[in-house]
Amino acid sequence: MQNAFGEPQTILLLGGTSDIGLAIVGQLVSPTCRSIVLACRNPDAAKAHVDTLGSDGITVTAVAFDAEAYGTHAELIADVVAKVGDLDVVVMAFGVLGEQSDYDNDPVAAAKAVSINYTGSVSVGIAVAAQLRQQGHGRLVVLSSVAGERVRKTNFVYGSSKAGLDGFAQGLGDALEGTGAKVLIVRPGFVHSAMTHGMKAAPFATTPDKVGEAAVAGLRRGRRTVWAPGILRYVFILLRHVPGPIFRRLPLG
Amino acid sequence: MSKLPPLTRLTGWGRTAASGASLLPVSTANIARSADMAPQRGALVRGLGRSYGDAAQNGGGLVMRLAGSAGEAMLDEAKHEVTVGGGVSIDDLLRVLVPRGFFVPVTPGTRFVTIGGAIASDIHGKNHHGEGSFGHHVRRISLLLADGSTAELSPTQRSDLFWATIGGMGLTGVVLEATIHVWPIETSRCIVDTTRAHDLDHILTMMEEGDHRYRYAVAWIDLMAKGRHLGRSILSRGDHATADQLTGPALDAPRAYSPRILVSVPPIVPISVVNRLSIKVFNELWFRKAPLYRTAELQTIPQYFHPLDMVGSWNRLYGPAGFVQYQILVPFGEEDALRRVIERLASSGAASFVTVLKRFGAANPAPLSFPAPGWTLTLDIPASTGGLSTMLHQLDHVVLDAGGRHYMAKDSHTTPQAIKRGYPRLAEWQAIRNQADPNGRWQSDLGRRLGLIT
Ligand SMILES: Cc1cc2nc3c(=O)[nH]c(=O)nc-3n(C[C@H](O)[C@H](O)[C@H](O)COP(=O)(O)OP(=O)(O)OC[C@H]3O[C@@H](n4cnc5c(N)ncnc54)[C@H](O)[C@@H]3O)c2cc1C
Ligand SMILES: NC(=O)c1ccc[n+]([C@@H]2O[C@H](COP(=O)([O-])OP(=O)(O)OC[C@H]3O[C@@H](n4cnc5c(N)ncnc54)[C@H](OP(=O)(O)O)[C@@H]3O)[C@@H](O)[C@H]2O)c1
Repeated sequence: MQNAFGEPQTILLLGGTSDIGLAIVGQLVSPTCRSIVLACRNPDAAKAHVDTLGSDGITVTAVAFDAEAYGTHAELIADVVAKVGDLDVVVMAFGVLGEQSDYDNDPVAAAKAVSINYTGSVSVGIAVAAQLRQQGHGRLVVLSSVAGERVRKTNFVYGSSKAGLDGFAQGLGDALEGTGAKVLIVRPGFVHSAMTHGMKAAPFATTPDKVGEAAVAGLRRGRRTVWAPGILRYVFILLRHVPGPIFRRLPLG
Repeated sequence: MSKLPPLTRLTGWGRTAASGASLLPVSTANIARSADMAPQRGALVRGLGRSYGDAAQNGGGLVMRLAGSAGEAMLDEAKHEVTVGGGVSIDDLLRVLVPRGFFVPVTPGTRFVTIGGAIASDIHGKNHHGEGSFGHHVRRISLLLADGSTAELSPTQRSDLFWATIGGMGLTGVVLEATIHVWPIETSRCIVDTTRAHDLDHILTMMEEGDHRYRYAVAWIDLMAKGRHLGRSILSRGDHATADQLTGPALDAPRAYSPRILVSVPPIVPISVVNRLSIKVFNELWFRKAPLYRTAELQTIPQYFHPLDMVGSWNRLYGPAGFVQYQILVPFGEEDALRRVIERLASSGAASFVTVLKRFGAANPAPLSFPAPGWTLTLDIPASTGGLSTMLHQLDHVVLDAGGRHYMAKDSHTTPQAIKRGYPRLAEWQAIRNQADPNGRWQSDLGRRLGLIT
C-alpha cells in the first residue's frame, strides 16, 4: 500500500537494468519502501543494482523477464505478488531503439523491435493491470516517448512502436478509471542513457535523473501524463500541427 | 449469491491514497449474508469515513456501510446505559440523549463518527485525563464474527476478544450493537474557562497543575509562533453546566439541542485554499481572539465540542492533494522529545491549521489502544507541503525513541516497523485476531500497509 504521499512499499521495474527505470525507482525509495523487484532478461546483470538499491529495510531481488516471452507474463506477475504482496508502483521501462537504416533492410529486426516495445508492453501491461484491478490500487508508469507523438522518418519503426504503446497506455488508464489503479504515461525527449549512447543529442536533451524527477512528481500529483523536460509538451503541440510537406523537411534528426 | 457492486474509489477524511472497493450498504439484518460475498481481498465495515487515512478502505475487496438509527437506541436511565447499533452516529445519538439529560461517555472533535468507529479506534476526547477513552465505557459488544456467527463480548465474557475489538480497527469483526455507559447531564450547555499560555513551558505547567480540576481540558498551540514564543497556546477547560449555572435565554430551554451545519464546501475545490498564508492568518486571529483569561463562559455543545462541524466537508478545502493528520503520543517524562517535535515542526514552517495538545490519563487493557499516560499532539498539514514526508519519518524516530506511538485512526504515512515499536502488544492482538478470523476475512488497506494483518 502506498502512503498519503504516494510513497510505495513495493516497486516492480520491468526492464530492470534500464537507466531511466532505475532513476525512477531510485527516487521512489523512502523509509516506506520495503521491496523492489528488478525484472530483466538477465537477472545476473542486475547484481550491481540489487546491491546499490538494497539497504536495511529494503529487500531487492532480480527476476527473469523477457518482453517477448508473452506466455510467461501472467505467471511472472503472480510470482512477484506471491513474493512481495500488492504491487504499489510498476515501472515499464524496457525497450529497444535500433537504427532505422538497419530496419530498412531487415524486416525481421524491425518486427522484433515492435514486438518488444509494443506487443511485449501490451502483454505484460495487461497482466499488471489485472493485478492492479484485483487489488484496487497501484500505479503503472509507462515509458512512452515523444518519438511516438509525431512519428518521424528517421526512426519510424521505433516511433510507431511508441505511438502504439502510448495509445495502449491511454486506453488502459481510462479503462482503470474508478478502480483505484492508475496509469502514468511518461514522454521523454532525448535522454542520455545506454540506449542513446554515442548518438548526437537532440534539442532539449535531458538525463535519466531528470526524467525520474518528472515521473515521481507526476505520480505524487496524480497526473496521467508527464513530459520530460516539460517544455516538450508545448513543442509537440506545435509539431503535431505542422503540415506534412514542411514536417518532412524539418531537420529533426 | 448476488453480484458485488462495481468498484468505488474510497479515501479517508484526509482524501489521500484512494483505493477501489465494492461498496455495499448493509443493515444488521443482512450484513452476515453480505459479508459472505467477500472476494479474496476480504470484507471491512466502514462507518462515516472520519478516520483520516486508509483505516476504512479495503482495495479490491468488499466495504460494507452499516446503517443505523438512533431511534432504536434503548436508554436505561437508571443504569446510565444505552444500547445502540454499531452504525449509529454520535450525532444521531446525542439528539436522542441530550434532551433526556444524558451525554456520550467520550466525544471526539466531530460528532459525525459511528459507535462502531468509536470502538474500533478506541477514541478519546477532552476528558481522557480523568475518564479514559471510549473503550473504558463499553459494557457489552455484539460482534459479527468471520464465520457469520455473532459473539457476545464484555470485560468478563470473552474478554480477550472484547479488548482486541476495542482499538482493533474493524479487523476482529463488525460491532453490530454495543451497550455503553452515558453521563447524566443537567443541561445542554458547557461552562468553559479559557487562558492563554505564552510558551511551551507555561502551557505544560498549567496543564500538569490544573487539568485535574476540570472534566474537559485541551490546548490549542499556535505552531506559527517560534523562538521565545514557541508553544504559545490557548488552554480551554470546562464541564457540563449545571442548571443553576445557566443564565439568560438558556434558562428557558436548559436541554435544548439542535446542532446545525452552517455552510458546506462544494465537492470540487480545484486547488488548496489552505496554505501557509491562510493558516498563519487564521492562527493569529484565533490567538488574538482568545481572552487572556476568562472564566465560566457558557457555550453550547457544538460550540464547545464540535466547532469544526459547523462547516460541512471542510476537508475539501485542502484541494485534490488532500492533507495529513499527524497524531502522536509522548509519555510523561519525555517532555524533551515533545519539545523537539514541536520545535522541528515550527521551524520547518510546515503550516498546521489546528494543532492540539492534550494530556492523557490511564490506559485501558486493549492491546492496540492508542492513549496512555502522556502528551498527545495532533496536527493537520496539507499533503503537498514540500519535504513533509521526510520530516514526519524523522519525527517518527524521536517519538518512538521516547517510547511513544502513532494514532492509527489518523495515520496515513508511517511504517509497519513504527507500529511494531509503538505497540509492543501487537503480536498478542494478532494472535487473538487470527484465532477469531483464521482465514483473514476482515481486511483493510491500513491493516495491509501497517502490517497488522499478513
Ligand atoms: C474533525 C475530526 C475530529 C476528530 N477528533 C477526534 C478526537 O478528538 N479523538 C479521537 O479519538 N478521534 C478523533 N477523530 C477520529 C475519529 O474519531 C475516528 O477516526 C473514528 O474511528 C471515526 O469513526 P467513523 O465512524 O467515521 O469510522 P471510519 O473512519 O469509517 O472507520 C474507522 C475504523 O472503524 C472501523 N469500524 C467502523 N464501523 C465499525 C463497526 N460497526 N464495527 C467494527 N469496526 C468498525 C472501520 O473498519 C475502520 O477500521 C476525529 C476525526 C475528525 C474528522
Ligand atoms: N533514452 C532515451 O532517449 C529515451 C527517450 C524516450 C523514451 N525512452 C524509453 O525509456 C525506456 C528506458 O530506456 P533507457 O533510456 O533507460 O534505455 P536502456 O538503459 O537501454 O534500457 C532499456 C532496457 O530495456 C531492456 N530490454 C530490451 N529488450 C528487452 C526484452 N526483450 N525483454 C526485457 N527487457 C528488454 C534492456 O535490458 P537488457 O539489459 O537486457 O538489454 C534495458 O534494461 C525505454 O522504453 C525507451 O524506449 C528512452
